[in-house]
Amino acid sequence: MEYFLQQLINGVTLGSIYGLIAIGYTMVYGIIGMINFAHGEIFMIGSFIALAVFLALAALGITFLPIVLLLMVIVAMICTAAWGWTIERVAYRPLRGSFRLAPLITAIGMSIFLQNFVQVTQGARVKPLPPQIQGGITLMDSPNGIVVQLSYIQIIIIAMTIVLMTAFSLIISKTSLGRQQRACEQDRKMASLLGVNVDRTISLTFVMGAALAAVAGMMFLLYYGVIDFYIGFIAGVKAFTAAVLGGIGSLPGAMLGGLAIGLIETFWQGYFSVEYKDVAAFSILAIVLIFLPSGLLGRPEVEKV
Amino acid sequence: MSAVETSKTQPGGEPLLAVHGVETFYGKIQALRGVDIEVHRGEIVTLIGANGAGKSTLMMTICGNPQARSGQIVYNGTDITNLPTHDIMSMSIAQSPEGRRVFPRMTVMENLQMGAILEDEGYFEDDLRKVFELFPRLKERQGQRGGTLSGGEQQMLAIGRALMSRPKLLLLDEPSLGLAPLVVKQIFEVIRELNANEGLTVFLVEQNAFHALRLAHRGYVMVNGSITMAGTGRELLAREEVRSAYLEGGAH
Repeated sequence: MEYFLQQLINGVTLGSIYGLIAIGYTMVYGIIGMINFAHGEIFMIGSFIALAVFLALAALGITFLPIVLLLMVIVAMICTAAWGWTIERVAYRPLRGSFRLAPLITAIGMSIFLQNFVQVTQGARVKPLPPQIQGGITLMDSPNGIVVQLSYIQIIIIAMTIVLMTAFSLIISKTSLGRQQRACEQDRKMASLLGVNVDRTISLTFVMGAALAAVAGMMFLLYYGVIDFYIGFIAGVKAFTAAVLGGIGSLPGAMLGGLAIGLIETFWQGYFSVEYKDVAAFSILAIVLIFLPSGLLGRPEVEKV
Repeated sequence: MSAVETSKTQPGGEPLLAVHGVETFYGKIQALRGVDIEVHRGEIVTLIGANGAGKSTLMMTICGNPQARSGQIVYNGTDITNLPTHDIMSMSIAQSPEGRRVFPRMTVMENLQMGAILEDEGYFEDDLRKVFELFPRLKERQGQRGGTLSGGEQQMLAIGRALMSRPKLLLLDEPSLGLAPLVVKQIFEVIRELNANEGLTVFLVEQNAFHALRLAHRGYVMVNGSITMAGTGRELLAREEVRSAYLEGGAH
């Protein structure tokens, strides 16, 4: 029981990170029908920038943790948002209206480019960050020696995810910007006939997704303590899986899918084998898609119009 | 702009919308072959023609999507030929397009809010009340998703959404398509009221020539991407060519 609880906490934490990345995939897919394969790399760059900010502040002698964390997240969000905007501008926008595979191919190219760019400029070795937030709350301390612990960093990750996802859902469902994004998703031509600047709205979608990925990147850095230029690929594929599992194009679906993938992976490695955790996650994906082709919360293709 | 010729049936003054020699292509296929049309302030002007004549293409060309390859479109004294769509629409032009294009997964209210994005928020409540007065059905359905409405309700929503931007010029593309005669009558009555009471200028594309020509002050007939006839609604209704091509057997 204690072991189960601990795995549950770990799974929710991991799922939060996946969920935040998955939102970027699902939103971009929703609005332009394209899988932005470079999104995982945005996440990776976010974690690198967070680390760079940390090191720079340490060199300046600023070590007061709340300030450091705040600056890390703000700078990482701004920088990755700029990356997201630039990628859309140089790699995807010129191809809009061309055949469907073209932007997919440039997305993969962009992903390879970004990986190599970071590898060349930052080196291929893993970058460590000594644990900054230590300790936690002991929830259960059973006599047989198994301790259930909710660490402070896990609390921060889960709380931050809840806050960001709530804020994000409100933006999409209640604000004028969110309505314009949904309008572009449903009928881009009509949206422009109502005066929506479609290009700008698409750019903003990339910017928002990238900013969320940056937060995920920073949390990944703080949680695991090591990053390298390759983390974006694995996390990206997992988050993409999460988005598909939840129903691509659906925002709550991305969150649910992220949580599901995080839990499946954690429980599998907790009870069966660490080596096959990815196999488990992807097998569940395959099974779900066989029976629910549009994902858990995705809408079916057929619709009365 | 002094060279703009004034219409024979309208007193002088610069037209609100003037289309000069516009040619539009889809790839290599020419859809419009030098179209000239004028719409003056306070008029209802209709464009009739068969399926595939290029009527909707003209509507969309006015809105900049696709853009005209040659010719000129002047709205309210400004050349809008090469402006992007969202800039054109911000100049008080609104379109209720072919096929209505209601956002299917947004509520009626959200659809109307989308119509108002260019407008000062202070007008929203007022405009909403007006639209609900014109189409009480929309008020009843304001929480329902656009995709679940009937065809007639969707058409009302498309027009209501266009009106939410407080347009000076309303472009209506086949509002009667696929609707029951009673609903068509109701919608045409609303157009007449808007024009008579608020002086709204309307450019109406229709296949339902009989209704459209009776409603409009002036009309144009389009065949294969060119304007072949022009005149007042009554004149066109009386023309033998118009009757045989668009009315016989087609009038309700």
